[in-house]
Amino acid sequence: MNTIVEPHLKTKAECKNFNFHYGAFHALKNVNLPIYEKQVTSLIGPSGCGKSTLLRSFNRMHDLYPGNRYEGEIIMHPDDTNLLSKDVDPIEVRMRISMVFQKPNPFPKSVYENVAYSLRVRGVKAKSELDDRVQQALKGAALWDEVSHRLNDLGANLSGGQQQRLCIARALASEPEIILFDEPTSALDPIATASIEELVTELKERVTILIVTHNMQQAARISDFTAYMYLGEMIEFGVTDQVFIKPQKKQTEDYITGRFG
Amino acid sequence: MQPQDLQAIRALIARAKRWDAFFGVLGILALMVGVLTFLALFVDMAIQGMGRIDADFFTHFPSRRAGEAGILSAWVGTVLVMVVTAAAAVPLGIAAGVYLEEYAPKNWMTDIIEINITNLAGVPSIVYGLLALGLFVYEFGFGQSILSAGLTLALLILPVVIVATREAIRAIPQMIREGSYACGATTWQTVSDHILPYSSAGILTGVIIGMARAIGETAPIITIGALTFIAFLPPLPYTGEPPAGMFDWLFAPFTVMPIQMFNWTSRPEAAFQVNAAAAGFVLVLMTLAMNGTAIWLRYRLRKNIKW
Repeated sequence: MNTIVEPHLKTKAECKNFNFHYGAFHALKNVNLPIYEKQVTSLIGPSGCGKSTLLRSFNRMHDLYPGNRYEGEIIMHPDDTNLLSKDVDPIEVRMRISMVFQKPNPFPKSVYENVAYSLRVRGVKAKSELDDRVQQALKGAALWDEVSHRLNDLGANLSGGQQQRLCIARALASEPEIILFDEPTSALDPIATASIEELVTELKERVTILIVTHNMQQAARISDFTAYMYLGEMIEFGVTDQVFIKPQKKQTEDYITGRFG
Repeated sequence: MQPQDLQAIRALIARAKRWDAFFGVLGILALMVGVLTFLALFVDMAIQGMGRIDADFFTHFPSRRAGEAGILSAWVGTVLVMVVTAAAAVPLGIAAGVYLEEYAPKNWMTDIIEINITNLAGVPSIVYGLLALGLFVYEFGFGQSILSAGLTLALLILPVVIVATREAIRAIPQMIREGSYACGATTWQTVSDHILPYSSAGILTGVIIGMARAIGETAPIITIGALTFIAFLPPLPYTGEPPAGMFDWLFAPFTVMPIQMFNWTSRPEAAFQVNAAAAGFVLVLMTLAMNGTAIWLRYRLRKNIKW
């Protein structure tokens, strides 16, 4: 494994001997992975390799469905909380780590209410504070200029790329420590994709980002670190440039050069 | 391709298309049987009863003289019973549906409950009447009252409301639910902020369709002992001598539209048959109005729901 990491980087979270089971299916096997603070880490690998499963473990989405089992730890720093612990409420985890999904999924509410929702569940009631933070989040998601005059429109009336940026604003509004992106551009056209990629690069100034992508060029373009997974195992993790230019493992090389996957 | 083949293909298509046409005609006939039968019944009832429908018909109590008889006690009874039915069936049905969809673990227990609810929807209404006679009328001592009738019909439509609620909830894409949970919402926040608002159109439609079924029910209401001839109204709150309480009307004897019709049709005099037709016409209009409301509400509420 590539471990040449700049010394000033802090670890925000890390998977330690993490295993995941969907019922009898052993989906993730002994995954170890550090997530560096205010860096973009991308998870790549062929379909079914477990990258989305791993991503969705970070905010305990699997708790919504029966028959799933976590083993091992995902430690969140600096408080060293094990996110997977039975004692840690998944809601607490989701308050700290927000998520952007594969398909834009704005609520059938107004643009404003979509962003305000993640603040409302955190008990923000004052109109002025909501207004402020909604605006901040929309600016952060590079959407404010496009929607400032139509905050009361339905979120679903925006274009696909705008909808996804609305979802990013929703994830951003609560000022999370980590944002998870689950193939955020796979339902978007190339122009919208470019704007999301640009946004992700900007966002890492403020927040730690973990992103799953099908698109290797995308991983190469936007991420600082890349993890290659195959059949539930973490094959290789390292600085993106190294993983793409000089992969340590034959398997990674085969995948990256398109000989496989 | 040879021209010869083309001929053959054309013949083949023509043969296959004959079946198309055949089924088209068959389908229209099948549809007509249903639609025309209803139309014939409705028009016949309208023609027969129209002469009787005027303001007096709605403001008069039933009478031994057909010409003076009206449906005042019947329509008031129907409206009040429906109010009780809705007040009981709507919260219970929605709560049960939400629980089953959003809270209940998926195991054999919930499977059994699910099968039971589906079966309950098919239980003959008279069976509910018998149950209600024993439970509400005697055991709980509600008597042969509006309350007993309303609760009986509520039981009858409860499965309809539960099933409609569940279907409306299932129509919400899972990604919306996940979006809410990912924001840090609890199950209740997800239900109250998203699931219920987005499924309200479907739920309301189900409720109204259930109510439209209940409004025409006769058997269970007769079983619990609704009167067939009643010449007074339930007491208004805080009126009468001695003054009635807020909810005394709940315990008043009553009749409903279908029972009034049933009473009139069983009379030998032809004039009462006219009354029955007129009452039937009004009842069908009430049902149509409810279904119309359901369609309108669905349209209104769905306008702002897009995934």
